Amino acid sequence: MGALFSLGVVIALVLVALVGVKGAHLQSLFGVVIPYLAVITFFIGLIYRVVKWGKTPVPFKIPTTCGQQKSLPWIKYSKLESPATGWEVFLRMALEVLLFRSLFRNLKMQRSGERVVYGSAKWLWLGGILFHYSFLVVLIRHLRLFTNPVPSFVRLIESFDGFLQIGLPNLMMTGVVLLGAATYLFLRRIYIPSVRYISLPADYFPLFLIMAIATTGILMRYFIRVDVIKVKELTMGLARLNPTVPDGIGTIFYIHIFLVSTLFAYFPFSKLVHLGGIFLSPTRNLANNSRMVRHVNPWLYPVKVHTYEEYEEEFREKMVSVGIPVEKPLETKETEEASEEESEGKE
Amino acid sequence: MYDGGKIITGIIIFLLFATFPFYYNIGKAHVKPDPKLDTPVIKQLKEKKCVESKSYMRAYHMQLLDDWRNQALRKANRTYRNEEGKLFEISLQNTCMKCHSNKQKFCDECHKYAEVKPYCWDCHFVKEAKEGGAAR
Ligand code: HEC
Ligand code: HEC
Ligand code: HEC
Ligand code: HEM
Repeated sequence: MGALFSLGVVIALVLVALVGVKGAHLQSLFGVVIPYLAVITFFIGLIYRVVKWGKTPVPFKIPTTCGQQKSLPWIKYSKLESPATGWEVFLRMALEVLLFRSLFRNLKMQRSGERVVYGSAKWLWLGGILFHYSFLVVLIRHLRLFTNPVPSFVRLIESFDGFLQIGLPNLMMTGVVLLGAATYLFLRRIYIPSVRYISLPADYFPLFLIMAIATTGILMRYFIRVDVIKVKELTMGLARLNPTVPDGIGTIFYIHIFLVSTLFAYFPFSKLVHLGGIFLSPTRNLANNSRMVRHVNPWLYPVKVHTYEEYEEEFREKMVSVGIPVEKPLETKETEEASEEESEGKE
Repeated sequence: MYDGGKIITGIIIFLLFATFPFYYNIGKAHVKPDPKLDTPVIKQLKEKKCVESKSYMRAYHMQLLDDWRNQALRKANRTYRNEEGKLFEISLQNTCMKCHSNKQKFCDECHKYAEVKPYCWDCHFVKEAKEGGAAR
């Protein structure tokens, strides 16, 4: 049901843009105002989330490790699985962020008769890495709409991406791979019962949203074409903070950009913010060096203590009056008397 | 903030990448493309019309060319009938480039702006009007 609900929301978003542009001619709302608001929300929201994580104390060293810890010099330790220095943590993080290393270890539990066996399960890793890298490449290729003159690395990426030279305009592989991978990630949630069970609308919605963005993009490039020169006039206006809305751009463009705006605005408040979160995961970004460096719990607030001295100070009179020995004698007139009594008591 | 130095460095690096389009264009003139239609052949036209309507050509000319290429080379059909029923010879050089003989001031004008470099001119030949220096 979560899936149907999310699909409904994405369809509603498409209809909003369709009616807003085709019916109400709100080109400048959908082409300028909403994208700007979305981008501002994205940046402020993301920085807010990261700073909030940064302010959260980490009471213990909690890196997840799966290798020998550094201890005695003659025991070989695992630099990547149990990093002991900042540099080793950096390497481990880099492999995690760039290659999704821990996802590569994903296992599948199965019953074989009475026994439980673990088999390798690389499909999720493959789907995930294809998805993320094609998303990145598509994003970089879009820079050609936001820069003039276009920097040469965009052209370079485009020429690799389009080297199959299928059709005109040239087929860009990553666009298709992006849609395919997102579809796989969605089908996985539907087909595997245990994954379906834990899937929420918040899991389906970003997938549908990205599938819809890729679909409108592909439609716009290969099927319902728009005038890319006019599109670039609009997008350059956005990038130069000098917006213009040329008329005659097809509605499909406004649908695409409205869905993209939704994605940007939704980003900081959803699971998508793992873009920043991965860097602030204490289970990844801490060194396993608790034998060498003392980790002070930042939560250690000054505990209210009541020392014996203070206690005696408070109750000395009463203690003395019932004959309990005190360390410091009473400083009243009867001081001498009391101290005598005390010493007597001690004996 | 704990490890504030590292976190703020990270945020700044992220912002440098993510806001690239906003500072990259600063100080660079924004010249919109202005494809010129003043070739001798077009000047002589009674009706200044392309193969199809102008808006269709602007958005779909590459798909039209793809279709032309397939018609000519796969289906051995070298005539194209447009929406209005007018006939054209299917040919990149003898049709498109006869009217639009100013490739640099026409095709390239837009393509530079949109950063597309059609590979057609690897093989197809352009007779450049005076300016010289054909190809890309
Ligand atoms: C109004 C501007 C404009 C003019 C004039 C123009 N083009 Fe284009 N052309 C474009 C744009 C924009 C694209 C890229 C579309 C895209 O990326 O979706 C393009 C793409 C192409 C492509 C596909 C390139 C690829 O690798 O995908 C070919 C081929 C092409 N144009 C041929 C021509 C020829 C030949 C002429 C001159 C007769 C011409 N165009 C004139 C704007 C123009
Ligand atoms: C008969 C001469 C002629 C031929 C052949 C011709 N064109 Fe055109 N083309 C024109 C004219 C005239 C215009 C301007 C149309 C207008 O303003 O309505 C034009 C406009 C265009 C435009 C839009 C330019 C702009 O400024 O918006 C493109 C793109 C284009 N032609 C590409 C092509 C391609 C590609 C071919 C070959 C398939 C081709 N033309 C064949 C005469 C021609
Ligand atoms: C590898 C070389 C090569 C490349 C690259 C190439 N062509 Fe061709 N093209 C040919 C050859 C060879 C013919 C056949 C000529 C003939 O039979 O008249 C042809 C024919 C055509 C024809 C029909 C006949 C004619 O006279 O024009 C069209 C249209 C055409 N090409 C369009 C394109 C377009 C558009 C591109 C770029 C996207 C392109 N070609 C890239 C080699 C090439
Ligand atoms: C404000 C930001 C964006 C704008 C203005 C925009 C605009 C466009 C335009 C004009 C096209 C057609 C390109 C062409 O005809 O050559 C396109 C294609 C496409 N867009 Fe976007 N887009 C934006 C953001 C995104 C995002 C965030 C994604 C998601 C990854 C995306 C995914 C795609 C895809 C997959 C295509 C298909 C063609 C390709 O592979 O390049 N777009 N977009």
